[in-house]
Amino acid sequence: MSKKVKLMQGNEACVEGAIAAGMRFYAGYPITPSTEIAELSAEKLPKLGGKFIQMEDEIGGIAAAIGASLTGAKTMTATSGPGFSLKQENIGYAAIAEIPVVIVDVQRSGPSTGQPTSPSQGDMMQAKWGTHGDHPVIALCPSSVRETFDLTVKAFNLAEKYRTPVLLMMDEVIGHMREKVELPEASELEIVDRNRPSCAPEDYLPYKAEENLVPPMADFGTGYRYHVTGLVHDETGFPSNSTEIADQLVRRLVNKVELNKEDIISWEEENTEDADVIIFTYGCVARAARTAMKTLREKGVKVGMFRPITVWPFPEERLAELSKKVKTIVVPEMNLGQMVLEVERVSGKYTKIERLNKVDSQIIYPEEIIAKIEEVL
Amino acid sequence: MPSQLVEKYFRADKLPQIWCPGCGHGIITRAITAAIDDLGLDPDKVCVVSGIGCSSRAPGYLDFNTLHTTHGRALAFATGIKLANPELKVIVVMGDGDSTAIGGNHFIHACRRNIDITTIIYNNNIYGMTGGQYSPTTPRLEKGTTAPYGNIDKPFDVCNLAAAAGATYVGRSTSYHANLITQLVRNGIKNEGFSLIEAISDCPTYYGRKNKKGGPVEMIQWQKEHAVNVTAASKMTPEQLEGKFLIGEFKNTTEPEYTKEYQKIIDRVKGSDV
Repeated sequence: MSKKVKLMQGNEACVEGAIAAGMRFYAGYPITPSTEIAELSAEKLPKLGGKFIQMEDEIGGIAAAIGASLTGAKTMTATSGPGFSLKQENIGYAAIAEIPVVIVDVQRSGPSTGQPTSPSQGDMMQAKWGTHGDHPVIALCPSSVRETFDLTVKAFNLAEKYRTPVLLMMDEVIGHMREKVELPEASELEIVDRNRPSCAPEDYLPYKAEENLVPPMADFGTGYRYHVTGLVHDETGFPSNSTEIADQLVRRLVNKVELNKEDIISWEEENTEDADVIIFTYGCVARAARTAMKTLREKGVKVGMFRPITVWPFPEERLAELSKKVKTIVVPEMNLGQMVLEVERVSGKYTKIERLNKVDSQIIYPEEIIAKIEEVL
Repeated sequence: MPSQLVEKYFRADKLPQIWCPGCGHGIITRAITAAIDDLGLDPDKVCVVSGIGCSSRAPGYLDFNTLHTTHGRALAFATGIKLANPELKVIVVMGDGDSTAIGGNHFIHACRRNIDITTIIYNNNIYGMTGGQYSPTTPRLEKGTTAPYGNIDKPFDVCNLAAAAGATYVGRSTSYHANLITQLVRNGIKNEGFSLIEAISDCPTYYGRKNKKGGPVEMIQWQKEHAVNVTAASKMTPEQLEGKFLIGEFKNTTEPEYTKEYQKIIDRVKGSDV
């Protein structure tokens, strides 16, 4: 069987993954360094009978993607820093109205216009808290081109399964870097489609959750005439002023991700069995961390690596376990300390946490991680 | 036959609606359902989308596929729905602030694309839901809670704005001229392209009270006395038209429709190597 072997960018792998997952609608607005995702979607989707639209702004991009999702299509929008800020309004809408949509953020230096062509990991906390109010968050973070493909498929699957927006937190390095990749055949992929109602339209309660806390979702136009709103609503989908219903709704929305965490979260560990030091790392920085780990291992320093693939929800149980066995956790980030706040919360009582932060718009080099580890050991 | 329309197209268990006594929004909403009834549209294939504000509560009372979105964004959501599934009849209801202030960008671009969506703007010249602030259609020197000394902004003419931006069907009516609303909405739905119907509504609670316009009866009376149909206006002198405003059908043209143009692209490239 001949595999599809190609030299491709992370942004290209994202589009390949999205199409493999079943994306048939894309709406967005041009922004560096995510633009290739829009360009390739524009080229490929009509060939598959799908649709692409360049909207008038970032807000319109996510709004159109959410609207299209209500008709049953798998939809995506992609952006970067300033656009991610603008999309927050409707990320909250998709969360409360429980509409599957994938939002890609190819992170660049900020704040504001910042340095549009330079990488960053500055939006990690915005992914968690960017839209107002308590809400569920699923965010995935790839560190290679091939993983971008895999996690884009996973992002669609999770959005469909949990009826919620899913964030793919890329960065400029992963988005623009080219690697040789071997993409899987369609038959090798697990593809999830949203659970649609099996009851008669007159019996359909659009927001009555099943056992996994997720309600079945009907496509607009199929005879299930129901109401969707960003207001607090009851099981029928209509607005409610009941304090009890408000409490139940917000807790269910958050719990459908939190209580299904085992199904959602994933991480990667290397050399953690005997490690004295663990590098907690994600995204493009994980590549430098791996080199640093290997170099130090050759010198006899017992270094391991913990890489969250799902950054939200945070893989805290496993990290806590590991924390009890190591002397230090080093957290290199291309921001002034975001995910380290979670590491400190989870691991701070068991071990020493050391930060390594960079916001000069350059990547973190292996030598800088090595120097930091040698300094703190 | 209002009761039959209510029975057929309203979610009766959600009534009474939240609008203030004397508000024109109920009349406009009923007039829209009359147009849908005239055309015999399949309710399963009708999608009504709104933003945020008084008028945007209308979809909740209507028994179709209904979507109450974020403030100003109704047309962007509706664009996604229509493009993803062009067989749906998409109707958008918005208020004056919703459509021309926070949603102004989505509004002009939906007009420009000429996507087959029929939009009804309930224009009551004020932000009602938030308590009477001036909007982009509040006339000059009139008052709102945020214009205590009179509004100095120049108001938008919603119909001129839509026509200039590229909408292919444009008309205006009032809550007094309810049958004309039905006629315009009916033609708007039939138009294969973007249709904009401005329905002048009355807000006795805020706009009326702030500007001493009297109660609902006086405000509806004012609509009757000041609206001039565009066909009648062509025979009137500028002196006779002084202080009046136009209603009726202003624009009815045919231009390429967005989803049909996109389908042509699909037909051309579908099946080629991805």
